[in-house]
Amino acid sequence: MTNEAARQAVEAVFRDDYGRIVASLIRHCEDFELAEEALQDALARALTRWPRDGVPDQPRAWVTITAKNRLIDVLRREKQRSEKYAELLPRLEEEEFEMHEYPDDRLRLIFTCCHPALNHEARVALTLNTLCGLGVSEIARAFLVRDQTLAQRLVRAKRKIREARIPYRVPPVSLLPERLPAVLAVVYLVFNEGYAASSGDELIRRDLCVEGIRLARLLAELLPDEPEVHGLLALLLLSDSRRDARSRPDGSLVLLEDQDRSLWDQDAIREGIAVLEAALRAGRPGPYQLQAAIAAVHAEAERPSETDWRQIRLLYDRLLDLHPSAVVALNRAVAVAMLEGPEAGLAAVDEAASDGELDDYVYLHSTRADFFRRLARTDEARQAYERALALVTNAAEREFLSRRLAEL
Amino acid sequence: MRYMLLIYGPESHYGTLDEQGMGELMAAYGRFHEEISGAPGVYQDAARLQPVATATTVRLRDGKAASTDGPFAETKEQLGGYYLIDVKDLDEAIAWAEKVPSATYGSIEIRPVWDE
Repeated sequence: MTNEAARQAVEAVFRDDYGRIVASLIRHCEDFELAEEALQDALARALTRWPRDGVPDQPRAWVTITAKNRLIDVLRREKQRSEKYAELLPRLEEEEFEMHEYPDDRLRLIFTCCHPALNHEARVALTLNTLCGLGVSEIARAFLVRDQTLAQRLVRAKRKIREARIPYRVPPVSLLPERLPAVLAVVYLVFNEGYAASSGDELIRRDLCVEGIRLARLLAELLPDEPEVHGLLALLLLSDSRRDARSRPDGSLVLLEDQDRSLWDQDAIREGIAVLEAALRAGRPGPYQLQAAIAAVHAEAERPSETDWRQIRLLYDRLLDLHPSAVVALNRAVAVAMLEGPEAGLAAVDEAASDGELDDYVYLHSTRADFFRRLARTDEARQAYERALALVTNAAEREFLSRRLAEL
Repeated sequence: MRYMLLIYGPESHYGTLDEQGMGELMAAYGRFHEEISGAPGVYQDAARLQPVATATTVRLRDGKAASTDGPFAETKEQLGGYYLIDVKDLDEAIAWAEKVPSATYGSIEIRPVWDE
């Protein structure tokens, strides 16, 4: 057994099973920090033992049992100080040595991490940290905050879970419609942070996309009867299928209509469409299924000119019915422009923006700029590009807008 | 686990209610109180507070006590009362908070009680 092979085996457990193991440990001790410490300790032991003794037949079981024993040690040591630990201990000691894992442990964990009593940033950070095993500095880099800020955010959230006793459970069916959207939003945000952000480390951003899809797969497996969960998975797969076509080697952005469609990942498209079709059969459409359907219409067009814009506009209409939002109305305006020309698009944009909610939204101004440009209304186009440039934060988009402005 | 449900609301709200509106609110509290006292082990204590105009604030600084009129800061919502409940976890506390009649016009802050 080489050190290298042992190290890889430990890394594989960390990468593939961290969330699963930590979730079952939390079920036992009802304490995030205790569970995480026990698991980290077990992984550290694996790193020293496995090179010497060889990798066990069942690496995950070895790590789980070692972590559980660590947990028992800590509880024994601390039981004098904590009534709760004293209560938990006999339960943990009595249980069979082979620790059971319940498939819904990770589901409990994600519902706890995404509890409405925690703020949005904390939900995302907690999910990445505990369920995906991403470290503080990785998450901090992905969200462009200081390590210390993120570490504090995590500590505060974990303390609140413990002190306010946020339950560690999958909510009952009656609460699911209220709680599930928050979980889906976190998974979407994890993916989108990797997909949309242009600053930051490329590798970490790719990790976030991979983790987002992994979480969506996990949810789809554990909540098979919730069509929106499958809709989300389909949406992520279909968006991710374009990853190699959406930026140039220098990092600059390529618009959907200019992308080299031969670079689209056909396997991801096939899977995304299959997942979506199965979801739609339930007859309970929702925002994620509809957005996935829009992505599927794009994916099915071999050339931009073959895009079924009528279908896309219809899907946006349904999305607006379900989920009225100025951003959706703006996206719909793009479909209108493709069908009826930029003049009609402009009218639809202005209607979408009429309540002022989008005044500081980059894409409002970049969309208007594009329509003005196509209508040869140069002065208005210039103004709109300048407005968009004043608001844009993404480097690749800034570069794109500047180029368009210069070309006027 | 004990939680305090702190009931906040704009005191001005009561001025907008006519006799019938006020009667309905009181009746809603009556029904809520009946429900929560009927749930085994949940209800611990509750009180309705007089308006902040009757409040006095005391501070002790450098050994000197100072009493002042009114609350510490002007806010849109004032503490109007509380329920002290004993339930399993935060989800149960949230479910009770959602039923407090003032939740429809004010807000209910849920604070876990520091249990020894």
